[in-house]
Amino acid sequence: MAMETTKLSIQNLNLWFGKQKILNNINIDIPENKVTVILGPSGCGKTTLMKTMNRLVDLQGGARTSGKIILDGEDILNTRRDIALVRQKMGLLSQRPTPLPMSIFNNVAYGLRLKGIRGRKKLTPLVEKHLIEANLWDEVRDRLHDPASRLSIGQQQRLCLARGLAVDPEIILADEPTSALDPISASVIENQFFKLKENYTILLVTHIMRQARRIADKVVFMYLGEVIEQADVHEFFNNPKQKMTRDYLQGAFY
Amino acid sequence: MWWRKLEEKIVYFMMLISVASLVALLLAVLLSIFIKGVPYISWEMISQTPRGGYYFGREGGVLNAIVGSLYLSTGAVLLSLAFSLPLSLAMNIHLRTRRKTVNRIRFVLDILWGIPSIVYGAFGFTLMIYLGIQASLLAGIITVGIFIMPIMVRGMDEVMKNVPVHLIESAFSVGSTRMEVAFRVMLRQTIPGIVTAILLAFGRGIGDVASVLFTTGYTDNLPTSITQQTATLPLAVFFQLGSPIPEVQNRAYASAIILTVIILIISISVRMISKKYHKII
Ligand SMILES: Nc1ncnc2c1ncn2[C@@H]1O[C@H](COP(=O)(O)OP(=O)(O)O)[C@@H](O)[C@H]1O
Ligand SMILES: [Mg+2]
Repeated sequence: MAMETTKLSIQNLNLWFGKQKILNNINIDIPENKVTVILGPSGCGKTTLMKTMNRLVDLQGGARTSGKIILDGEDILNTRRDIALVRQKMGLLSQRPTPLPMSIFNNVAYGLRLKGIRGRKKLTPLVEKHLIEANLWDEVRDRLHDPASRLSIGQQQRLCLARGLAVDPEIILADEPTSALDPISASVIENQFFKLKENYTILLVTHIMRQARRIADKVVFMYLGEVIEQADVHEFFNNPKQKMTRDYLQGAFY
Repeated sequence: MWWRKLEEKIVYFMMLISVASLVALLLAVLLSIFIKGVPYISWEMISQTPRGGYYFGREGGVLNAIVGSLYLSTGAVLLSLAFSLPLSLAMNIHLRTRRKTVNRIRFVLDILWGIPSIVYGAFGFTLMIYLGIQASLLAGIITVGIFIMPIMVRGMDEVMKNVPVHLIESAFSVGSTRMEVAFRVMLRQTIPGIVTAILLAFGRGIGDVASVLFTTGYTDNLPTSITQQTATLPLAVFFQLGSPIPEVQNRAYASAIILTVIILIISISVRMISKKYHKII
């Protein structure tokens, strides 16, 4: 196997909502420019883990954490730096697409403007570039100034991907990004991840085994807030070490 | 199964009755004012100031009160807006993680909403004495501004509260600051609701007597400065109705029509704005 560099390292991470412990001693190394898939039954803390990484849990009252999340040598869980800048290193794609209440163009330009890029002349080529990256350009080139809400759900999700890419992140966090989509839109997004991993580190939550098999380089299996097993994709599916993983893969529980 | 059908019929019948009585009530109120007032509505009524004094005079119109009321309500709305918008945005963005605090603020606002306007009038009066201001347009704007603030904040808060969490989260996730989320996302998303809240507050402000009774005074002249007394429509109705002269009493009904029409226009535009917006979205 080729040498891997770790892009993001989660170390001894615990998280409580009030008195309830949701994440229990999580340790994961996320390799650079690879797709790491997180598998696990619903309610096991996958979304919470994602939201901890880009500090969206801060927006939820009563969340408390301990441990470290190291990104490029910096502990972003306890950093005193502006969180907005930390978040810009990661693009988030959530379960349901969330276009902002503005035009298609402005949805993508929103992120660019946050980075201080102003003026139509500078924005237009970049908006186009990111829409191409998200494989949406051909469908919207003639109606860039329509409200984003007029797009289909699948197109909206790709628009959200373009918006996320526009802030020039290093990591893409995708939380069951295809679960609300029709199969065709879902496979478009899936294929896009394939291409994007050349330049981005991707962390994907899914409960679709086939999707995991197809695009994962590394798989992490979680259960009740704990990491049960993590391994290279072939290793994980062909030779799982834990009994619980084997049960899960055989569909014993969801 | 017959009783289920019967039950359905009874509920339907009760609904019909309550809708019908509501409509009848509205019509009765409007009709009683319109029948008495329409004969006295004239161009003179809305284009001139009173002649011979508002209490005894039978000539001229109530332009002083129309203009006064519009100034007063606009001023009060602007004043209230300056506090309401930041407060409602803060409640839903900056204080997101402090649900308890926000609910306490909501509770206080709901209490303030429930306080009768005469109390605000009395408070305004006390404030005037304390600050050494005379009865004036300014004093009225401050009093009405305070009076309509809870209505405005809660109106805005209610629409902001209903903005999907996902939308706010995704705006944060691309690295927006709280200010950017507030003004570029939350505000845009809720503009029609905000406009509705503003117009609602405007309607409440323009129609209220008790809050302006001690604070704005009354005059036959058009308002020229915020430090002077000003006439308002609700008080025009109140004073003219109290006049011993029948013609002046009739003018009270005409003034009431003018006030009602202004409020109707506001209510209808509220409706149209929210409808139009739903089409865009
Ligand atoms: N804001 C919150 N407050 C309290 N508990 C929460 C909150 N968000 C999620 N949880 C709980 O955390 C657990 C993990 O949820 P989640 O991360 O959404 O799981 P998954 O994404 O794997 O389905 C669940 O038991 C859920 O009820
Ligand atoms: Mg989830």
